[in-house]
Amino acid sequence: MTAPTAREAFAIDARDLVKTYKGGVRAVRGVSLAVPAGTVFGLLGPNGAGKSTLVKMLTTLSAPTGGTASVAGYDVVRQQRQVRRAIGCVAQNSGVDVQATGRENLMLQGRVYGLRGAQLDAKVDELLGRFGLGEVGERFVKTYSGGMKRKLDVALGLVHAPQVLFLDEPTTGLDPEARAEMWEQIRELAWDQGLTILLTTHYLEEADQLARNLAIVDQGLVVTEGSPDELKAQLHGDAVSLELPPETDTHAARSVAVDKELLSDVTVDGLMLRGRSADGAAAVPGLLAALEAAGIRVCSVTVARPSLDDVYLRYTGRSFTAAERAADQAAKAAQDKKGEGR
Amino acid sequence: MSALSDTWYMTGRAFRAFLRQPMYVAFTLIQPMIWLLLFGQLFKSVTELPGFGASNYETYLVPSIVVMSGFFGAGWGGMAILDDLTRGVLDRFLVSPVSRSSLILGRLIVQVLSIVIQAVIILLFGAAVGASYHHLVIGVLVLMVATNLLATAIGALSYGLALLVRREESIIAASNFVLLPLQFMSTGFMALILMPHWMQEVTKYNPVNWTLVAGRGALGASPDWGPIFENIGYLAALMVVCAWMSTRAFRSYQRSM
Repeated sequence: MTAPTAREAFAIDARDLVKTYKGGVRAVRGVSLAVPAGTVFGLLGPNGAGKSTLVKMLTTLSAPTGGTASVAGYDVVRQQRQVRRAIGCVAQNSGVDVQATGRENLMLQGRVYGLRGAQLDAKVDELLGRFGLGEVGERFVKTYSGGMKRKLDVALGLVHAPQVLFLDEPTTGLDPEARAEMWEQIRELAWDQGLTILLTTHYLEEADQLARNLAIVDQGLVVTEGSPDELKAQLHGDAVSLELPPETDTHAARSVAVDKELLSDVTVDGLMLRGRSADGAAAVPGLLAALEAAGIRVCSVTVARPSLDDVYLRYTGRSFTAAERAADQAAKAAQDKKGEGR
Repeated sequence: MSALSDTWYMTGRAFRAFLRQPMYVAFTLIQPMIWLLLFGQLFKSVTELPGFGASNYETYLVPSIVVMSGFFGAGWGGMAILDDLTRGVLDRFLVSPVSRSSLILGRLIVQVLSIVIQAVIILLFGAAVGASYHHLVIGVLVLMVATNLLATAIGALSYGLALLVRREESIIAASNFVLLPLQFMSTGFMALILMPHWMQEVTKYNPVNWTLVAGRGALGASPDWGPIFENIGYLAALMVVCAWMSTRAFRSYQRSM
């Protein structure tokens, strides 16, 4: 893969994007994002955080109420045609035509992007093969499983070899096996093919596994941004627990850790010595060496990294699951209200 | 150029989807024949009423069944767009550089195709049960043009409605509420002169009646071309207005995103 030039260093560059819907609903309230070319960027947030609205604006589907954005170097409002040619988009709501076969779906998508003849046939065969759909390519999509449909969705987004791929909740509703397969595909696309991918998800684990950088979105705003490790490091740090053998002078051990500033927030609980460190794995060798020098042996060491859930809690003041539940309830209430008005 | 090829490919997609619903195909082809037989038997004796004019009710009825089948089918057109919309297919195409008009045109072209096939079958079946046509070539041509102008107008409205309300129930309700009265308040089954006075007034503004005046007139023994082309003109104007409203609905859908 060629290295990105300075000009296109940011495949996605959004500044102060705002989307206000009719009726005053402010879905996105001023979001700025800068995604370097060739990386996977995760947008993590509960349902209703504004992730999909953001994707719709970046993919020209929805006009921003305020702010600007460029994708692959093109302005999403003034250069819609160029943006549309440069991007692939896999929407949250699957876009496959169930009345057609998998191959027909891909052929039509390719034609829409101007592919013809042998080139189109070759591309369609390649994609069916890569996503393990070779054998069901001639079957109607309505006979596909959820996982197969989702794979076809991603294949549709790749027909024209886009520079930037948008994946809006690509694994929502998939079983664990299908989800693992999808992760594998996404890794391959990003690492082997150098594609820039913007991935939205409400699975903490997914963002952690796949994204080099991520932004946590809540109620239409980016609450924090960075690599998953950086975000976790911003917390008090990793939890380091040492189990000491019986008869150990735990106070001496504590003094070693505190005096040499190897750990912070140090507590002793029976034979357990607990503390925090910005980078637990890096702190452990020094800690063990210092204890050994003081004649203290150690039975076991555990380093627990803070999860993205801890990060989420810190920045939004509520746990991810609580936010998710609140969003679902709000959506349900809105649905009921709509139903009454019928 | 790409707008043309896009329309071609979208037409192909809609046509395949049409053929893949064998029940639907059978229904659109068989139902008109049932109507022709049913109404033909039911209203047979109206020709004996003084002032009805026509002596053969089948001849009178065939153009009406062609028109009715055409615009009833078009009224349900919004259902297919709604299906694309709820399944996310429409958004997938909107994110691509595909020509926007091809998304609607492809469907309208398939609608024209199905109406033409349907009309040919009705005309043949009608001839078999005793209807007679004069000025076959020009008559059939005018009937087809008029029916398709009306059906395209109704189809465009139905698409627009689907994009605005996004509910199957609303399309069903609107179709039932609008289509049947339009058919019955026309000269579809009954001669103008035998209708109550107020209804005669209504027919003047009823596009279904414009279509019948043109189509039935052109198939008749002595066509009066003035009113025929006048009514074709009304239908063309109506189609333009409905197409405009449909594009407005499309824009409104995009703005709502």
